[in-house]
Amino acid sequence: MDQALYNSLVDISDSPAARAGKADLMLDRARWAATVFDRYDRAATMAIVDAVAEAAHAMAGEMATKAVEETGFGVAEHKKLKNELTARPLVEHYRDQDFVNSRIDDARKIVEIPRPAGVIFALTPSTNPVATLNYKILLAMMTRNAIVISPHPAARAVSIEAATALARAAEAAGAPSGAIQILETPSIPLVEAFMTSPKTNVILATGGTPMVRAAYSSSNPAIGVGPGNAPVFVDATADIGAAAQAIVASKSFDNSILCTNESVLITVPEVENQLRMALKSAGAYLCTDEETAALRRFLFHPRGFNVEAIGRDATWIAQECNIRVPANTRILVTPITQIGVEERLSKEKLCPVLALHVAKTRTQALSQARAVLRLTGAGHSAAIHARDEAVIMDYAALVEAYRVVVNAPCSQGAAGFATNLAPTFTIGTGFFGRSSIGENVGPQHLVHWTRIAYNADRKVPFGNFQGVGRAFRGQLPTAPADGVPGTAPPRFAAPTPAPSAASSLDAATKDELRRLIAAELRDLLRK
Amino acid sequence: MSQAKTEFLERSKTFWNPGKTQDWIDMGVDLVIDRREGYHLYDMDGRRLIDLHLNGGTYNLGHRHPELVEVLKAGTERFDMGNHHFPALARTALAEALQAVAPGPNFKYTAYGSGGGEAIDIALKTARHAAQKKKIVSIVKAYHGHTGLAVKTGDDRFSKLFLSEDAQGEFVQVPFNDLNAMEDALRGRDVAAVIMETIPATYGFPMPEVGYLPAVKKLCEKYDAFYIADEVQTGLMRTGEMWGCTKYGVEPDIMVTGKGISGGMYPIACVLISERCGGWLSEDGFGHISTMGGAELGCIVAMKTLEIIQRPEVRTMVQYIGDYLRAGLDDIMVQFPDFFIGIRQHGVIMGLEFNHEQGAKPVMKHLYENGVWAIFSTLDPRVLQFKPGLLLSQADAEDVLRRVAIAVELARDEVMGSRRRTY
Repeated sequence: MDQALYNSLVDISDSPAARAGKADLMLDRARWAATVFDRYDRAATMAIVDAVAEAAHAMAGEMATKAVEETGFGVAEHKKLKNELTARPLVEHYRDQDFVNSRIDDARKIVEIPRPAGVIFALTPSTNPVATLNYKILLAMMTRNAIVISPHPAARAVSIEAATALARAAEAAGAPSGAIQILETPSIPLVEAFMTSPKTNVILATGGTPMVRAAYSSSNPAIGVGPGNAPVFVDATADIGAAAQAIVASKSFDNSILCTNESVLITVPEVENQLRMALKSAGAYLCTDEETAALRRFLFHPRGFNVEAIGRDATWIAQECNIRVPANTRILVTPITQIGVEERLSKEKLCPVLALHVAKTRTQALSQARAVLRLTGAGHSAAIHARDEAVIMDYAALVEAYRVVVNAPCSQGAAGFATNLAPTFTIGTGFFGRSSIGENVGPQHLVHWTRIAYNADRKVPFGNFQGVGRAFRGQLPTAPADGVPGTAPPRFAAPTPAPSAASSLDAATKDELRRLIAAELRDLLRK
Repeated sequence: MSQAKTEFLERSKTFWNPGKTQDWIDMGVDLVIDRREGYHLYDMDGRRLIDLHLNGGTYNLGHRHPELVEVLKAGTERFDMGNHHFPALARTALAEALQAVAPGPNFKYTAYGSGGGEAIDIALKTARHAAQKKKIVSIVKAYHGHTGLAVKTGDDRFSKLFLSEDAQGEFVQVPFNDLNAMEDALRGRDVAAVIMETIPATYGFPMPEVGYLPAVKKLCEKYDAFYIADEVQTGLMRTGEMWGCTKYGVEPDIMVTGKGISGGMYPIACVLISERCGGWLSEDGFGHISTMGGAELGCIVAMKTLEIIQRPEVRTMVQYIGDYLRAGLDDIMVQFPDFFIGIRQHGVIMGLEFNHEQGAKPVMKHLYENGVWAIFSTLDPRVLQFKPGLLLSQADAEDVLRRVAIAVELARDEVMGSRRRTY
C-alpha cells in the first residue's frame, strides 16, 4: 500500500488520533488472539512454545550478526550464545511448570485456575535486542498470552525480522494469528499510546529509565526494571585466580552489554596485589591514573554515558583514549579511590571498563558496595567472590540487590545463565529499584490464578476436582464463506477437537536437548 | 419512554416522516439515536445499543472513527466540496487509490455520486453508453437504491408507490441463483448489463450458489452484456477480501461502492469503470454532472477509510469476528432448532434465518430491548441482517452472543409459544 498516495493531500499520521488508531488495531487483534489462545490445552501450547524456541535457536547466529551490524553493540559470537540461551534452555527451565491446567491443593481445599494476562505490551532494548525478544515472546507463549513487541528504534530492523520469523513459526504450529506482533514504527508518542491504552493488560518494560518510568506512569499494570550497577566484592578468603577469571570473562562477555555486568570491583589490601596480577593474566589491562582520567572523560559526558562506547571492545575504547594496550586485552580496569557522586567511574558502564576500589577493611568494603548501588542500580545485581559463608551472608544482607552471585560471572549469573536462577532478560529490581517484582521475571508473572476456596471448617468436605477441568476447545473453526468453492459447509456446533497433539518432543529428543543445553552452559562458564 | 422522547417523536411525525416514525413505534423500536461512538449507539434516553446494522456497512469502521474524524477536520482546513467541473486534487487521488485496489486490472476510471443510488444510475448509464443497448437485467427482490434508474432495477415495492416502475420493458428481473432464467433474459443479446448485488442484502443475504456468479459473468460475455457488481454492502473487506466479487471469482466490468467508503462521515459513492466501458468519459466528459458527487472532503475521508481497511490487522480481525460469532451462533441455534433454523454467512456478512414468515421482526425487537440493534430484511422478514463491524472488539462480540441467546429465546416464545427448557 502506497502511504504517500493516501497521505498526499491531508496527512494526519502524526496526530494523537492516528497513534491511538494504530494502537487500538494491534491491541484489538492481540485481544482476539489471546481469547482464542485461552482455549488451547497444554500440549497445544507447548507445541507452539517448542516451535518458537526452535525457530529462535535456528536463527540465533544470523540475528546476532545482524544485531551487531545494526546497533554496533556487543560481540556477535556472544550474542549468538544469548540468543540460543533464550530459546531452548529457557523453555527447558520452565518445561515442568504448568501454566495451563488448574491445580488442586487438597490440604488447603483450594483449586487454582490459571488466567493469562491477555495482551502484553513489551519493550525490547537495543543492547540485547534479539535475546530479549526471544525471551519475552517465549514467556508469552508459555502462558498463552498475546504479545506486541515494541523494539528499540536502534535495533528496529533486526527486531522486526526476528519477531516476524517467530510469529510465523508460532502460527505454523497453530498459534492464533496476531499472538505475536511487532510495532514496526516505534516512536515515543506511539509507544505511549500503547502503554496508556486500556486494551493493554500488562507492560513488560526493559529499557532506559525514562521508558520504564513511563510504563509505571501509564495507569496500566507494569513490570519494569531499573538500571544495574553491580558491585563485585573479592574477599580475602576468595580463590583469587578463579575470581579474576570469572570477572574478566563476565566483563568481556558481549562487551558488558548485559546490565548484570560487574561495574565496580571492590577488594581489600590483603589480596590487592594478588588480584591485580590475576586480573592481568586473565586479560585485563590495569590503567594508570592518567589513563583512568582519559577514560573518565571519554565515557562520561555532561549529559550522561557516552553511547558511542556502549558494547565496544576494550581495545577500541583504549584506542579512542590513546591508551596503548596489548592486542589481546579483554577489559580495562580503572583504579578509583572514591565511590559516589564525585567519581563518575563508580556509575554503570555498559562496556568492558571495570572500576577497581581497594577498601581499607572488609567492613568498609561492604559499606562501599552499598554506596555503589545507592548511586544507581538499586535492587539489581551484586557479586561476591569468597569462601566464607558468613562474609557472603553479611554482604548479601547488606547490599540492596535482589540477586547476589557467588564465585561466578555476574553478567551471566544474575541473568540465570551460570547459576540456577531463572534465566531472564528482565531483572526485577523490586522495591529497592522502584519495580513491582524483585526476582528474575518469568512466565509466572504473566499469569494470575483464580482460586476456588472452600470453607476451612473441617466438617465441610472439599470437592473432588480430579479430572474436572476446563474444556479446551482449541482453535476456532473457520466459518463458511457460503457459495465460495471449497469453504466449509454450514454446520451445527459439533464439539471441535482441540488441535492438541502430544508434545512434539519425544523423550529421546528431550534428553538430547538437555545434553546440548548442559554443554552450552559449560561453555559459557569456561569463557 | 421519557417525556422528552415522546415529544420529540411527535415533532418527528409533524415535520419529518409520520409514516416511518410510527412504523418503528409499532414494531416496538422506539429508537432515537443520539450519541454514537465505535459500535455503540446511545438512544436519546441514554440506553446503549451495540450496532449490528451499521446502515448496511456504512459504519464498517464504527461510528465517528477517531482517525476519520481527524482527517475530516484536517481536510476542512484546505478543502470543501470542490468545483465538480474542474480537475480536482482529491477526486483524482481517490480515483488513483481505488484503481490500485480495483477487482481486476482492467479498471481505469472512477466516477462519483453523492450516494449509492446516484452511483448505480451512473453505472447503468455507463453500461448503456458502452453497449449502445438499453435493457438492464437484475435480480428479483434486488435492491440498488431509489433514484431514477436504480429504483427500476429493484422490487416494485419502492417504484410503484411513485408510479416509477418500468413501463417500457427495459428492466427485466430474474430469480437469484437461476442460471436458466438468466440465460433466457440474455439470449436476445439486447441487454446492456446485468447488475448484481454480490450477496443481495435487503433480500436477507441469500448466498450465491457455488459457481453461480462466475456463470452469470460468462453468460454476460457470451451475450455481449456488461456485468455490474453492486459492492455497496459486500465490498470493503466485509467478506475478508476487499471486494466480495473477487471471492467468488468474478471480475466485473463496472463496480459500485458506497456506504462504507464514506466512513459514515461524509457522503460519497464511487463507480469504478473498466476502460472498455469508460468511453463516455472521453467522448463527452460533461455527460454526467453532479455538484456533490465526489465532494472533495468525501474523497479525503474515503481515502483514509481505504487506508485503514487495508491494514493487515483488519483482515485478521474480520476472520476472528466471523469465526467467533459463527461458533457462538451455532451453539445458540442448537438450543432453538425449531425456530432459529439457519445462518447465511460470508465473512462478517451474516443473515440469521427464523422459522416464521415474519420471524426476524420479534428477534429484532427483543434484541433491541436487550441492547443490540440489528434490522430485519425488508424483502425477506424471515431473515435478520446480522452485520458486525470490521473492528468489533472481542468483548463486544462476546456480549452480542450473550444478548442474542436471550433475545432469540424470547422471540421464539412469542412466536411459537413458550416451552419447557431442556438441558
